[in-house]
Amino acid sequence: MAPYVAARLIQLLFVLIGVSIVVFVTMHLLPGDVAQLLLGDHATNEQLQRLREQLGLDQPVWVQYGRFMVDALRGDLGSSIQSNRPALNDVMTAFPVTLQLALASLLLASLCGVPVGVLAAVRQGSRFDTVVMTLTLFGVSMPIFWLGLMLLVLFAAGLGWLPVGGLMPVGLDPPRVTGMSVIDSLLSGNPTMIGASLRHMLLPAVTLASVPLALIARITRAEVLSAATADHVRTARAKGVTDSRVILRHILRNAAIPIVTVIGLQLGLLLSGAVLTETIYSLPGLGRLMVDSILSRDYSVVQAGALFIAVVFVLVNLAVDILYAALDPRISRS
Amino acid sequence: MSATIASPGVVRRALHGTGARFGLAIAVVFLALTVFAPLVSPFDPYEQDLSSALSPPSALHWFGADQYGRDTLSRILYGTRTALLAIVMADGLALLLGGTLGLVAGYIGGRVDALIMRVVDVLLAFPYLLLALIIVAVLGPSLTNSVIAIGIIYTPQYARLMRGQVLSVQSADFVMAARSIGAGRLRVMVRHVLPNSFTPVLVLATLQSGAVVVETAGLSFLGLGAQPPSPDWGALLAEGHGYFLTAWWIATFPGMAIFLVVVGFNLLGDALRDQYDPRLRVR
Repeated sequence: MAPYVAARLIQLLFVLIGVSIVVFVTMHLLPGDVAQLLLGDHATNEQLQRLREQLGLDQPVWVQYGRFMVDALRGDLGSSIQSNRPALNDVMTAFPVTLQLALASLLLASLCGVPVGVLAAVRQGSRFDTVVMTLTLFGVSMPIFWLGLMLLVLFAAGLGWLPVGGLMPVGLDPPRVTGMSVIDSLLSGNPTMIGASLRHMLLPAVTLASVPLALIARITRAEVLSAATADHVRTARAKGVTDSRVILRHILRNAAIPIVTVIGLQLGLLLSGAVLTETIYSLPGLGRLMVDSILSRDYSVVQAGALFIAVVFVLVNLAVDILYAALDPRISRS
Repeated sequence: MSATIASPGVVRRALHGTGARFGLAIAVVFLALTVFAPLVSPFDPYEQDLSSALSPPSALHWFGADQYGRDTLSRILYGTRTALLAIVMADGLALLLGGTLGLVAGYIGGRVDALIMRVVDVLLAFPYLLLALIIVAVLGPSLTNSVIAIGIIYTPQYARLMRGQVLSVQSADFVMAARSIGAGRLRVMVRHVLPNSFTPVLVLATLQSGAVVVETAGLSFLGLGAQPPSPDWGALLAEGHGYFLTAWWIATFPGMAIFLVVVGFNLLGDALRDQYDPRLRVR
């Protein structure tokens, strides 16, 4: 196990360097001069030259990359031209919103997807199975920004049951501890706040959960079906073990590993996929921050956000891989 | 090996199931609409008529009208053109870039292979949407640039698939034979390896078409793709987002169009994949 983890960590280092190069290079391909962009059209040539020297833009590219990396490792990724704050601050303020949304969706998708998948597999070929397979096909094909809008039309505009967007009602903000509205509301112990934060979270979480729920249900069904044909399952049945015990003890245990992996891998995707959901429900998350920064050409924030999301994505996937190896010793041995 | 894979019998078998036929029907209608949009559209998609602004679905405007009184149905019908353009351009770009990289990596091997595949690995280390956002940030928001971004994010998949195909075809007898009678590297690559590695890549392209439509629309929805007043499906949804409290129809129908096209291409792609390569089948 230890050599496997060490090998994966070394590999991780190379991937992270690669990721930083991609972000650095793309940001340096930006059309136009960064100094010009920062100072505006009325800047004199002297001012531009001075800023270029300050920013190190007159240095060779590899020196610039070196500086970029040294600064990045110190947590300095430039300042936002919009908020005038360090870009990483803006990113860290927005991140808990996205993390909360991604975790809530993943929880919802797993809690619904796994049982539905197991039931569909147990009743393979039944009407229930057909309905599940059809609905999951719809689930993976449905554009989530459309689903989100339709839920808004139905539950917010039509029935008026749920709020139209935002994290909390105006003027009702819990004291900031984690930056996650639901957790902070729970910590405040105020029932009104807790209720409001959950009501605001419901539609966004359902929207973002649609695709992973369909995927998890499909994978669970497939894995349960394939584990059910194993010899030890036939033996257990031959011994007279009851159906529910066979499913729980002999099938699900073996099917669990790939299911857990798929669930884990979804988290990384949800963190970046949240941008559409955040836009629909006006949530001040990381994805929305990125899009707003792109539209207002606030490149320091785009760069900081891109690097941050990519690093988190790579780390989450590594954690899943290691967990997978821990669960299934065959992986690290091969 | 590939000669049998490419035979029309396999395509016919792939289209045997109900799902595949349904998918094919949607794809055919979709393609027909891109051509005949001007003939079947009841209105000009850009024509404003403020007297019917925000009017709900009626005999005149089947799918209602938007805030400028433009006919939603006509705008959706013209939107098929942007969607097709996105599929052709993004899939084409990914196929060209990824296919070439995979072919070169697989055929030449050695350091070239290692270098190309490491770049591919790094690109795969980015979540799709993030990579698309970075590329659009660099190129600037527009339909063309969003389609280029989507083409680039799909490149690694094509490169990997093509490389794998090339590696397996390379050791086939007919490639050995061509080499042994003195055919040059380039000739073997273009005349023998490429045509025999291509079919699964085309299947991947079909499978990706639905995803391309969703992602192009998604970027337009975020304001990073097609810009108003273009009748792009994502841009229509973005307009509808502003009016969902009062005019549900503006967002509802374009979304339905995206959904149908994606379901169609997914069904078609799944059927083709199952026939061409049972190993790739979703278990």
